[in-house]
Amino acid sequence: MSVVPETTQTEVIFPKIKPPLHQNQAVIEASRCLFCHDAPCIQACPTSIDIPMFIRQIMTHNTAGAAKTIFTQNIMGRACAYVCPTEVLCEGACVYNDLNEKPIDIGRLQGFATDAAIANNWQFFEANDQTETPLNKKVAIIGGGPSGLACAHELTRLGVKAVVFEASEHAGGLNTYGVAPYKYGNNDSIAEVAYLQQIGFEIQTHTRVISQDSPQDKSFSGKTISIEALDAEYDAIFIGAGLGKSKRLGLPGEHFQNIHGAAEFIYTVRKLGPANVSIGQKVLVIGAGNTAIDASVQSAKLGAEVMLVYRRTQQDQSAYYFEVELARLNGVQFKYQASPVEVLGTSEGLVSGVRFVKNQLGAPDSLGKQSMEPVAGSEFDLPCDTVIFATGQEKLVEFYRNIAHLELENGKIKVNDCYQTHNPKYFAGGDCVNGGKEVVNAVAHGRDAARGIAQYLKSSISARTVSHV
Amino acid sequence: MSKSVSSKNQASQSLQTNFAGIEAPNPFWLASAPPTNTGYQVANAFRAGWGGAVWKTLGRPIVNVSSRYSAVSYKNNRMMGLNNIELITDRPLDVNLAEMKAVKAEFPHHALIASLMFETEAEWHDCIRRCEDIGVDGFELNFGCPHGMCERGMGSAVGQNPDVAEKITGWAKAVATKPVIVKLTPNITDIRVAGLAAQRGGADAVSLINTINSVTGINLDTWEPNPSVNGYSTHGGYCGPAVKPIALNMVAELAKDPAFKIPISGIGGIETWQDAAEFFLMGASSVQVCTAVMHYGFRIVEEMISGLESYLDQHQLSHYSALTGQAVQRFTQWQNLDLNHKVIAHINPETCIGCQVCYSACEDGAHQSIALLANSRVPQIKEESCVGCNLCSLVCPVDDCITMVPIERGLEKVTWLDHPANPHRKVMV
Ligand SMILES: Cc1cc2nc3c(=O)[nH]c(=O)nc-3n(C[C@H](O)[C@H](O)[C@H](O)COP(=O)(O)OP(=O)(O)OC[C@H]3O[C@@H](n4cnc5c(N)ncnc54)[C@H](O)[C@@H]3O)c2cc1C
Ligand SMILES: Cc1cc2nc3c(=O)[nH]c(=O)nc-3n(C[C@H](O)[C@H](O)[C@H](O)COP(=O)(O)O)c2cc1C
Ligand code: SF4
Repeated sequence: MSVVPETTQTEVIFPKIKPPLHQNQAVIEASRCLFCHDAPCIQACPTSIDIPMFIRQIMTHNTAGAAKTIFTQNIMGRACAYVCPTEVLCEGACVYNDLNEKPIDIGRLQGFATDAAIANNWQFFEANDQTETPLNKKVAIIGGGPSGLACAHELTRLGVKAVVFEASEHAGGLNTYGVAPYKYGNNDSIAEVAYLQQIGFEIQTHTRVISQDSPQDKSFSGKTISIEALDAEYDAIFIGAGLGKSKRLGLPGEHFQNIHGAAEFIYTVRKLGPANVSIGQKVLVIGAGNTAIDASVQSAKLGAEVMLVYRRTQQDQSAYYFEVELARLNGVQFKYQASPVEVLGTSEGLVSGVRFVKNQLGAPDSLGKQSMEPVAGSEFDLPCDTVIFATGQEKLVEFYRNIAHLELENGKIKVNDCYQTHNPKYFAGGDCVNGGKEVVNAVAHGRDAARGIAQYLKSSISARTVSHV
Repeated sequence: MSKSVSSKNQASQSLQTNFAGIEAPNPFWLASAPPTNTGYQVANAFRAGWGGAVWKTLGRPIVNVSSRYSAVSYKNNRMMGLNNIELITDRPLDVNLAEMKAVKAEFPHHALIASLMFETEAEWHDCIRRCEDIGVDGFELNFGCPHGMCERGMGSAVGQNPDVAEKITGWAKAVATKPVIVKLTPNITDIRVAGLAAQRGGADAVSLINTINSVTGINLDTWEPNPSVNGYSTHGGYCGPAVKPIALNMVAELAKDPAFKIPISGIGGIETWQDAAEFFLMGASSVQVCTAVMHYGFRIVEEMISGLESYLDQHQLSHYSALTGQAVQRFTQWQNLDLNHKVIAHINPETCIGCQVCYSACEDGAHQSIALLANSRVPQIKEESCVGCNLCSLVCPVDDCITMVPIERGLEKVTWLDHPANPHRKVMV
């Protein structure tokens, strides 16, 4: 089954939190930009978009020029416009913050220019436009997420043939199946992929890369191709496979029904559409990262009463303050310093609640972070009919094991500054390298990895000392 | 409509005006232009608080084009400058005179001025008499309109020819019993020539500026200049905030000329009480407004009145006329400026927001006197090479962050006239 196209119902349940700007609004907002020298916003952007320049182009009604400026640095500048945590990136760096004025609305301005580019299919780049002599080489890309797509696009410009293998029905990675639909919708992501692909790289969707030796996954209905076959056929391989399933905590009672991993729950919402997802009336979300917030807000927008429980304090939660604010605005309740010890269920096998123990602050560890110590006898139960675990995602360690000489650290693939792994033929980027950051980081990795691959294919680099990115 | 003039609009004594013998409750007058097209508008303007109005110029019957205006917008500010190609009044003289009479009857203490533009002496005389019959307080001779009318030998065609201007002023003065103001065109090289010609012709006062020859822009899709009249255009007259600096200079040029002795009504880009105060300081004793009213309506005069009154209070001045000409004595020739005076830019690190716009400005557009430091966004002034041009402080978006600090060098004032580098300096005996 393919992702359902957005219906008006989706828009009603998940209205966009960054609605598009009209031409006039965009020009007025653009005219506020001071055109800083060596602008802090550029420095704060992981892809170093020339923000003051594209804003100036919007101001002069040169919308196509603005879009080109953006895409030159970040080919997924449209997704980034809407999904980036701009409050802590470009907009967070805007000097207006120091003047106690509203920073420039960079994200929406970027959305304004890139929306126009995609709607009008303005193509700014073409195959081989970054090279004198196209290389007669082929690169396989595992994963059609932001890192893989950025890599494929840049490789095509560099004169290298790229083929993307994507397990899901649609490419886009978490832009299509993960980020909150009130930021970026299915149609948005699918149109963006189609726009990018016109440069002329291939995407084989519904095709999973597996190892010859790995057991067959009966639930997967698409094609498979082995990593060994890719290795034999391609001159280099880029791994942009992202992360794996949501982690479970291994608590008693996790077998009850209506217990979901956050990533899988969100995947289902994206895939089926909100109207086709039934959520309970009382949802407990365990964890306090941005994914926990996304799962909470989506549950709340679907009509559930939501409580998010985190084992540490409010100060420790990794979710951005503006994401927490969004959750509060949607009526999500927060409970801190409580760890789940057992999931409770009914005789019919349905989840009915979670037992928690309260935590108190203990001695600081070597990094100065205070430990959490359970308070004996403080157990309490919270009733619910749905539990969502948002306690991180697994790394695809099993898969990586089948690739010779890959070096991992905490499950993350180690790469050098060209995004080359310990196996010189393999490059990697995105969540599988940084352990899970933002779309914009994945795009930067993919783009720069493509440059590394092109160098490698010209034999100008071999194995290098592997260091962390 | 029938509401009587509310007390909030009654300016206090401090603004009571006598301009060349014309009395008005305050010096804020409407310039001859669309806001004074009709009796309906002028009556509303007086109710809103305007002290006087120069009626839309009367003259021979004309026909107007459509469209008529175009404008320059700067960033998100609309109508920084306005351009028009409309002519004088397009309503019959009888209708205008009847409405002027009615307004004057309803507002006997407000200044009602008739603006006139004719060709022959007989026409000028006839209209001046008819205006006096209905009780106007004065006349303004339109020697300024720079489009259309000048092709027919009127408007700026008169203002640009001092002999003709002097002669026609004489015609008007020969029959007028009320004060005659001559409205000057800025489309000349030396405003003093025009002002002195009006004075020689017997004018009681001058007003300036009328609009400036201009083209605001070209439609980049059709290549028609703006505003387009069925595909064609012609130069128009420019006004609004953009022209204020030009007007202010021209007013002051006249005010500082010792030969020029009659009062000045300042016009050009006036929108706020500050603008008006600046014109007073540069020599005006009343002001006229057009574009700001075309943009925001009559209500802005409330702010102008209250702002000027509190400014006078703060400066313990009992009457606005105390401002007139005060800045003129400080408006001198370049050759009289002190070449030993030195200021240097200073950046307040506490309020600096690190935009480094000053760096780009000085590095590329001035004297390479701002340095960037490795560990800070706050730029540093290179005091040895800063020439004190002001540019950095002008581009800085933070109020009072970059200030220009005088350097005490213990040197006496020296001007170009006696500077050693001046080959023509007067040799001391
Ligand atoms: C719930 C959630 C919300 C998020 N919200 C935001 C947000 O608002 N803003 C933001 O900037 N970031 C957000 N992120 C993070 C962001 O989505 C990721 O950092 C980014 O998508 C990483 O890109 P990637 O290309 O590395 O991996 P992914 O986007 O995960 O793409 C990997 C792709 O590889 C495919 N794949 C994996 N294994 C195989 C295989 N063996 N064979 C073939 N294909 C395979 C997958 O199907 C997937 O399409 C969110 C993440 C999550 C989980
Ligand atoms: C549309 C328009 C029509 C005008 N018509 C006349 C006119 O008939 N007679 C006249 O003396 N000045 C006329 N002017 C000039 C104004 O009176 C005034 O001198 C000029 O606009 C500068 O003032 P401002 O900057 O406040 O607009 C006109 C100006 C505009 C914008
Ligand atoms: S005053 Fe002029 S020369 Fe001096 S630092 Fe500023 S911009 Fe440069």
